[in-house]
Amino acid sequence: MMNNIFKGKLFGLVVPLIAIGFGFLAGAVIMLISGNNPINGYVALVQGVFGDTYYFGETLQRMTPLIFSGLAVAFAFRTGLLNIGVEGQLIVGWFVSVLVGITIEAPMIIHLPLAILAGALAGALWGFVPGVLKARFQVHEVIVTIMMNYIAMHVVNHFIRNYMLESGQRTAFINDTASLSSDYLSTLTNFSRLHWGFLIAIAACVVMWFILWKTKKGFELRSVGYNKHASSYAGMSVNMNIILSMSVSGAFAGAGGAMVGLGTYNYANILPSFTNLGFDGIAVALLGSSTSIGIFLSAFLFGGLKEGANNMQGQAGVAPELVEIIIALIIFFVASSYLIRWIYSRVQSNKEGK
Amino acid sequence: MKKRFMMLMSSVLAAGTLLAACGEGDEDTTPVNDGGNNNENEAAEGNNEAAEDGEGFSSKMVTDVGGVDDRSFNESAWAGLTEFGEDYPDVEVDYIQSNDASDYAPNLNRLAREGTDLTFAIGFLMLDDIKTVAEQSPDQNFALVDDVATGEDDEPIDNIANLTFAEHEGSFLVGVVAAMHTETNQVGFIGGVESPLIKKFENGFKAGVKYVDSDIDIAVQYAQDFNDASRGQQIADTMYGNGADIIYHAAGGTGNGLFTEAVDRAQGGENVWAIGVDQDQALTEGEWEEGNVILTSMVKRVDQAVYQVSEDTMNGNFPGGEIIEFGLEDEGVGIAETRDNVSDEAIEAVEEYQQMIIDGEIEVPQTDEEYEEFEGEL
Repeated sequence: MMNNIFKGKLFGLVVPLIAIGFGFLAGAVIMLISGNNPINGYVALVQGVFGDTYYFGETLQRMTPLIFSGLAVAFAFRTGLLNIGVEGQLIVGWFVSVLVGITIEAPMIIHLPLAILAGALAGALWGFVPGVLKARFQVHEVIVTIMMNYIAMHVVNHFIRNYMLESGQRTAFINDTASLSSDYLSTLTNFSRLHWGFLIAIAACVVMWFILWKTKKGFELRSVGYNKHASSYAGMSVNMNIILSMSVSGAFAGAGGAMVGLGTYNYANILPSFTNLGFDGIAVALLGSSTSIGIFLSAFLFGGLKEGANNMQGQAGVAPELVEIIIALIIFFVASSYLIRWIYSRVQSNKEGK
Repeated sequence: MKKRFMMLMSSVLAAGTLLAACGEGDEDTTPVNDGGNNNENEAAEGNNEAAEDGEGFSSKMVTDVGGVDDRSFNESAWAGLTEFGEDYPDVEVDYIQSNDASDYAPNLNRLAREGTDLTFAIGFLMLDDIKTVAEQSPDQNFALVDDVATGEDDEPIDNIANLTFAEHEGSFLVGVVAAMHTETNQVGFIGGVESPLIKKFENGFKAGVKYVDSDIDIAVQYAQDFNDASRGQQIADTMYGNGADIIYHAAGGTGNGLFTEAVDRAQGGENVWAIGVDQDQALTEGEWEEGNVILTSMVKRVDQAVYQVSEDTMNGNFPGGEIIEFGLEDEGVGIAETRDNVSDEAIEAVEEYQQMIIDGEIEVPQTDEEYEEFEGEL
């Protein structure tokens, strides 16, 4: 049985689980050393997610943009590209969807899809630029996307500050016809900010799976990711696929921004610093091994950790920074899945030797 | 197998220890909130509403992204609550830190749902969130620091008390100090995120400087971040480099970079000064071998405001729907107690102008428009 788990397909599932386990274990040790009771800490963490329907609703709300940013990172990653620019693509998506939400008057059936689509398009454009630079001029996408993040944040802040400032730091509220907010979901979860975007996020998971695994284009994209030269030899246009991949990845990120803008806040605000939703997407995609279902689950984990962290400090007196450390440790252990494999193989060979 | 496993375990533990050691350095600056938990049991015993000794009363706060150790107004607010908890030992006080803007609403909700009698939202960034939460928990009392929450009809909201400060008046006074101390005839201002609130600091400061000497140049730059010390240091570097010798900041944690830069330059033999904000920052920052680079600070007594509103609420006088402005008159703002670096001349001038502001002889500008008008009249 053990053998099957580690050798078969399930291995992909086991590594993240072990990584999460180690992450929590190390977190417990740190709590012990810093003078907190790890059991109290983790009880507070779990209660902070499941203890009240409100907390659970907020957790689902938090995971919605994380799903999108995770999908965005994973989509590019499947084509062999590292899209670090999800953060910026998400920010422009947020801004443009809110812009459409404020300025356009239309019935909901047109307005809402239009606003989401506008957000996705803005994100796609933000992904298209590094895609073209990579395909055409061989500029490394990591550098370009990082820089595009700053451009996105400061340009959006500029527009909000100078043209759309309503009160304090934010724009006006969007029209109700463009809002994803749901009284039904909100009442169901005791006034949390859970919105319809959660269902859209689930649909997006299916969309990514379908594109990548069920279409010819998806096969090409993955093929470029596996081996550029072989794909080129097989008659695929590597450059077109790179541009396409970055654009679609950006569209996922932009749609994620639209979820935040149209669902959670119903406005855009001046961002004093990055939202981190995009950067967390890298971790979500990594832990979810770039699969739709994996991303959904790891987005839940990360959303829960972030929501529960607040309860940890309120109820157990654990510093919120500790949760950041646990997240970092989980990622560390996922990234060192090679280490886990190696240790396992040593254990195996030792056994067989006996 | 077992042996291997043990080895793996011990390496994980070792890694944990190492990382924890890194974390411990932070311990000095990240006080884990014990203040309230000690009293929790006592407070839970009796539920008498607002008894004299404060039994059963709870007053808690949500910090903004600066965190409770920002050496600035979050810290000041927590100091006020701590003091309140010490004076009334049966009262429960506590805080929750927010890591980013998306934490505000859940944190405020968390406190309201726990049945906290008075929940403080520290900072204007929480304006929208406190409105929503206050609406959803109409029986709970809230207080907002630094802004005024109004409902759709522009009327104040009944279960929110609004605590504001006359920052422009305090900034005017440190502007006077800066003007009297500058040798290069150039001073600077570093703002956090550009907003009507921080504009009050900027315009008050500029007005104070120009009132003393209208020939002094004032450089103004916003970091667009309250929590980025390296950006603060960069800006300070540029300003000092361009000839300013005194810089005032209203930028929360970003301002700590200003102090780093000032200390660096002071150690290099340059004669530069920094002016702190919100708290008497010379007590915690700016020290070097031969003194302190902090000339003075514009203190904003968030602690007193928090204390006072907590006490009033405990005694059944919650100032809901009211806008309370703490100004020079009631010592809600002013220049810091630490005055080692300030010349007697400047202190005399400050006292004179302070009286003039209280008497209404000087109308300190708050917005850009008011400042332009003010400058035109000089």
